[in-house]
Amino acid sequence: MVATPEKPNTDKPAYKVVGTRPVRPDGVDKVTGRAEYGADIKLEGMLYGAVLRSPHAHARIKRIDTSKAEALPGVKAVATHADFPKQESGSLDLGEGSANPLWLVENVLAGSKVLYHGHAVAAVAATDLHIAEDALALIEVEYEVLPFVIDVREAMLPNAPILLDDLRTNVRAKGVDTPKDVPTNIALHMRLEKGDIEQGFADADVVIEREYTTAQAHQGYIEPQNGTAFWNRDGQLTIWCSTQGIFSVRSQCATLLGLPESQVRVIPKEIGGGFGGKLTVYLEPIAAVLSKKSHRPVKMWMPRADIIRATGPTSATHNRVKIGVKRDGTITAAEVNLAYAAGAYPGSPVGAGALCALAPYDIANQRIDGFDVVTNTPKTQAYRAPGAPASEHAVEATLDELAEQLDMDPMELRLKNAAHEGGTNSAGQPWPRIGATAVMEAIKNHPHYTSELHGEDTGRGVALGFWFNGGMESSSSATVNSDGTVSLILGSVDIGGSRASLAMQLAETLGLTLDEVHPHIVDTDSVGWTGVTGGSRTTFAGGWVAYDLGEEIKKRVVERAARMWDVETDVVSYADGVITGPPDADNNPRSMTFKEIAKQLQRTGGLIAVSATSRRNTQGAAFAGHIVDLHVDRETGKVEILRYTAIQDVGTAIHPSYVEGQLQGGVAQGVGMALNEEYYYDDEGHVVNASLLDYRMPVANDLPMIDTQLVEVPNPGHPYGVRGVGEAPIVPPAPAIRNAIYDAIGVRMYDMPMSPRRILEELGPQNGSAS
Amino acid sequence: MTTDERIVVTATINGEERTWLSSSRDSLLEALRERIGLTGAKEGCNNGNCGACSVLMDGRLVNSCLVMAAECEGANITTVEGLAEGDELHPLQTAFLEEAALQCGICTPGFLISSKALLDWKPNPSEEEIRFWLAGNLCRCTGYDKIIRAVEKAAEEMRS
Repeated sequence: MVATPEKPNTDKPAYKVVGTRPVRPDGVDKVTGRAEYGADIKLEGMLYGAVLRSPHAHARIKRIDTSKAEALPGVKAVATHADFPKQESGSLDLGEGSANPLWLVENVLAGSKVLYHGHAVAAVAATDLHIAEDALALIEVEYEVLPFVIDVREAMLPNAPILLDDLRTNVRAKGVDTPKDVPTNIALHMRLEKGDIEQGFADADVVIEREYTTAQAHQGYIEPQNGTAFWNRDGQLTIWCSTQGIFSVRSQCATLLGLPESQVRVIPKEIGGGFGGKLTVYLEPIAAVLSKKSHRPVKMWMPRADIIRATGPTSATHNRVKIGVKRDGTITAAEVNLAYAAGAYPGSPVGAGALCALAPYDIANQRIDGFDVVTNTPKTQAYRAPGAPASEHAVEATLDELAEQLDMDPMELRLKNAAHEGGTNSAGQPWPRIGATAVMEAIKNHPHYTSELHGEDTGRGVALGFWFNGGMESSSSATVNSDGTVSLILGSVDIGGSRASLAMQLAETLGLTLDEVHPHIVDTDSVGWTGVTGGSRTTFAGGWVAYDLGEEIKKRVVERAARMWDVETDVVSYADGVITGPPDADNNPRSMTFKEIAKQLQRTGGLIAVSATSRRNTQGAAFAGHIVDLHVDRETGKVEILRYTAIQDVGTAIHPSYVEGQLQGGVAQGVGMALNEEYYYDDEGHVVNASLLDYRMPVANDLPMIDTQLVEVPNPGHPYGVRGVGEAPIVPPAPAIRNAIYDAIGVRMYDMPMSPRRILEELGPQNGSAS
Repeated sequence: MTTDERIVVTATINGEERTWLSSSRDSLLEALRERIGLTGAKEGCNNGNCGACSVLMDGRLVNSCLVMAAECEGANITTVEGLAEGDELHPLQTAFLEEAALQCGICTPGFLISSKALLDWKPNPSEEEIRFWLAGNLCRCTGYDKIIRAVEKAAEEMRS
């Protein structure tokens, strides 16, 4: 066993571009309204598409009659499930998670059954959006309404209504028998186990077991899902959309439409937020079918109510945690049981939730069970650190109670058990250099944590958060222009500043300024395969590629200079954008700037163009630690956030402003999840709060300034030490807030969100102000 | 089913007189985006909750999704495309860039217009006033921190 390094290495070289805060390359377009998002497209002869959706939570479709809609003047095409080729069961990679094409096509347009309120049933393309919407009302659908199940625990019961007749439980848990061959809603039972859990609990002085629920929350991107398609008569399909992954959209559409990938070209538009919710296709394949039938381009975007009802919330979950500790705070055993609602089709993020649950801690004996359960709710999609907020909330909340029982500072308890280099994670893999201890120390020493907190019904809480971050494949190419600039061609869409973060890494490598590197995001035919913008992988993987491109350009520039000077390449060097060779015959020093040699490239052997691909998986894990002060209004149950500090090991912050922004944005989403965001279902399984007024996301006056502290423990697996930043900060807010609520009013909350109604319920009739 | 009439509307948009053919059912947002081709105002919800479609109508801040195109006859409309003058970005635009007050950028046009309306009315707002004024504009990326700072910075710039 390697000893725990008390002080992780936070040294980093002096950079010129990395770590600065330049204006982003796409900035002017985005503040002047010029940036083109998916729904901004307009093509000659373009039609508008609209989708008819299920009014029922669960029903068999007996008959669809579209004839009246087709007859409406202005309607050019109608699509149903019958327009798609039959799919085989399989697995399509979505970047964060995967999709079975058999179910994906059913989710795009329902086949024999609708499985949730808002499930797409049919679509229309017309010359005007109003006409398309009118036509939807003319489509006749006959349903046989079926019993439904919304709650994950109820869906696991043996007598629950069954969503998918062919579904059987996939058991990936050692020691668990495969259940009988009967229909079920439990798609997966997985288990992670290490050590001897029974012995671990026997060794404990204190053992507590708690249950928690979390609600279905939506990613809440402000830009609606959209897709525009043109199916040309030569068979070539072009798709314009706002997606986190153009290559993923290409493979999903090619599969669902039965086309070879070479016949599908996906052109990315600017994307107005995704958070994991724009990895899967909804409208793109429908627009394609409508275009094929009408021979015209078809543009579609989703109304907000449909976005809430039919696109990607995260799982509602029900979780149980049992932890045993010795008097000195050493955790001897932990048992975690996670039940995640997948929505209509299997594929909740329970696997990632399981891997993250105990990740910040070094616990010798542990067992984590995870269940993926289908319910009559929209198919869940990835949402920022998919699966992690629910499982880590349960652990962080339980640790807070343990610290109280041990009469220990909650950070001391965590520090005593911190994960460290050389230890192993829940899957038994060894940790490389990680910042868990550094983040915990930073919390303990932060002036926020050590400050006095005053005021009635005011409390402070802390919690940790963890996310693995992604590696995967990215490709790019770069061309040296004769004016000494470099064009950087990217396959990663820019969801929050990656043009800047990737161009900055190329500029650093070449000793140029950011202004001298021009990033361009291109379509699937114009760059090598690149994974999705998600999983906090883009600045890591794309940065590796930018570095590789820079190194290759340097090598070629040096070769060219050597040829121009007629010397060997090994006596020519490149540093800070200047090429230096040995003195000439007259002993004059010889050097050229990058700009000078760029001007001469064409005459001395041609311009330099390079391409590179990285599929390294040396990404570094991210640890986040948050401190929150809040006040609870006993009369209304409303929680007001008074002060918030987010600390995170970010590896190296390439553009610190956007790194801070990732932390602040994650906090805001986490606060929403903690305090307000949930789906309300009525007795018929209808979502009744499908608007941005009733689905209550934080607004500007719900939050204070969010202070950040960037701890930089450079990732040894990256040339600039990048770890990945965006996901982890959504994890700690809920448990930190929950722990602070206890500190404020002495009430332990076990159900999320901790809305005014729930807080009043917990305060009960004894509540001072209520009496 | 609603009847759909074609109507001719003339309004001043970003200082330029524009005449277009609208459906009687078009909102101002639809007219701007789909009839006129000014796509800076964004649709986020189409029912006045997100503020992404904010524009100024005769100097007043409105959600363009809640205004009928037909109501705009003779009106003076300012959209995000009309904020910059010549080569000069509006101080709010510059501050949003320098303070990194946007990530995905979809809400940015609405925040810029809404902030302009605030500063036109009150050149020296407090943080609390900025937060309450902007509560009708949703941002899901930034946590609002850098947006508030950008508005404070622009206000200071505009006062000097």
